[in-house]
Amino acid sequence: MNIFDTKKLISEQFNANFSFYENDKYIGIVLDKSDILRFIDLIKDIKLLSFNQLIDISAVDYPSREFRFDVFYLISSLKLNQRILVKTSIKEQDNLESIIPIHISADWYERECYDLFGIKFSNHPDLRRIMTDYNFDGHPLRKDFPLTGHNEVRYDDLEKKIVYENVNLTQEYRDFDYQSPWEGLDNQLIGDEKANKKS
Amino acid sequence: MKEIEINSTTLNFGPQHPAAHGVLRLIVELDGEVVERAEPHIGLLHRGTEKLIEYKTYLQAVPYFDRLDYVSPMCQEHAFALATEKLLKIDVPLRAKFIRVIFSEITRILNHLLNVPAYAADIGAVTPFLWCFEEREKLLEYHEAVSGARFHSAYFRPGGVHQDMPNGMEEKLYNHFNTFPKFIDDLEELLTNNRILRQRSVDIGILSKDEAIEWGCTGPVLRSTGIPWDLRRSQPYDSYDKVEFDVPVGKKGDCFDRYLVRIEEMRQSVKIIKQCLDQIQPGDIAIDDNKITPPKRKDMKKSMESLIHHFKLFTEGYRVPAGETYFPVEAPKGEFGVYLVSDGSNKPYRCKIRAPGFAHLQALNHLSKGHMMADIAAILGSLDIVFGEVDR
Repeated sequence: MNIFDTKKLISEQFNANFSFYENDKYIGIVLDKSDILRFIDLIKDIKLLSFNQLIDISAVDYPSREFRFDVFYLISSLKLNQRILVKTSIKEQDNLESIIPIHISADWYERECYDLFGIKFSNHPDLRRIMTDYNFDGHPLRKDFPLTGHNEVRYDDLEKKIVYENVNLTQEYRDFDYQSPWEGLDNQLIGDEKANKKS
Repeated sequence: MKEIEINSTTLNFGPQHPAAHGVLRLIVELDGEVVERAEPHIGLLHRGTEKLIEYKTYLQAVPYFDRLDYVSPMCQEHAFALATEKLLKIDVPLRAKFIRVIFSEITRILNHLLNVPAYAADIGAVTPFLWCFEEREKLLEYHEAVSGARFHSAYFRPGGVHQDMPNGMEEKLYNHFNTFPKFIDDLEELLTNNRILRQRSVDIGILSKDEAIEWGCTGPVLRSTGIPWDLRRSQPYDSYDKVEFDVPVGKKGDCFDRYLVRIEEMRQSVKIIKQCLDQIQPGDIAIDDNKITPPKRKDMKKSMESLIHHFKLFTEGYRVPAGETYFPVEAPKGEFGVYLVSDGSNKPYRCKIRAPGFAHLQALNHLSKGHMMADIAAILGSLDIVFGEVDR
């Protein structure tokens, strides 16, 4: 069964709004957030497909968009030797349904996603932070979270304990824009448009 | 008869404990000495690699991959290099592919040479540790010879490898790997039929086929259950399709099977390396495009253009066409994947790292339920956890 058969079978079996997109490493599929649970359950249940190994869940942050996060689920089928990437866009306040009832390993992936992006998964039994420090504030992988973070930790020899302080940079964080202004411009030199103008 | 109610004990294991293989904090609930629940607290080594990579050019991101799973650095660079190449739509020269495969396999042996004796040390054998470290040191010299660094090599770059192997190295490698299987035999003699090792690992932490898939296990952990799933075989990358090797599988999926699979994988790696050395031909080691790979030192002394290319490459980097990809490789610990999103600029927009250890550690609670407290160390050792990649 090749990728086209898989796509065909999915199109036949799954009735909802969705679209495939091209990628030579996996089958990409975009669908609405309300269909995620149903879809992932479906592709796991169909014996011919058996996309039964959840590889990863994560997100991409696009702060300028109304649907801020692209959440993706990467699932592979050992039987077909194929992968599928299920993608959905959600708003900042939106909740996603947890897929733990289908894939038990989603537990930590969803916790990680919540920790680093602040995406909430409803019906998750234990949605705690996983990567960051205890009592951490903020979601580091959001684009508006500064690279340096907000707090720094050090051992205070006088107080004999670890103290948390606000990050204090002695010099401004240096982020040079090395990008050459000459590459990627449509109009390379002023006046060129005259040369190409059709009379 | 009087009924006595025994309360379960909660025990804090780690984060500083030699059997924790790094900074793992485990909250273990015990009923007597039997584990009821083992809850890992991870993130103590979280360095925000994914965030940092978003602020670096593609080339500057390479060294971060050495520092993820620091006992198998090259395999992870491999995943990133391949993902970037996929987005750039370039294909590296054949020699570079062979060099990459050779060093990926050396890395695999290095990783197993650490994990097997560390596992043995966890359950009471110290000698293999000393033996294997000597062998590791010999292999690390090859790392040093090609990249200048023993561990953090940054050798696999998008577009090829950093530099060619030094003269005579192919022969040295060949001779080394002719004698290396003898060492594996010696190691096995020490361990495989050892009564203590068997008592401590047979039937401990059994994982069935379905459970292994369900928990997202890959690599030796998945293969030990009997599923012959190896990305080098099923989705070959670079020149893995040009070599022949066997995929060792276990029967039961217990700690002992995981140990055996790793031992056999080392033998197979030797086989792969030898085949690569037979087939490798002189040639380019990186693509001939100075917009992506730096010009030769020699040229830079004479040519202004080369100098400019070099400067621009190491400051601005190169722009990668917008798109997304996921590239998995068979790292020694399992499927290591890089999900890369580019927005067309010189820095990755998002780089998600899929670490095999993350999934394996998640299964620890399931695996250790009903076992003795001391078996946790054995299970943890057999899962091959390295916190650099789990916490990222």
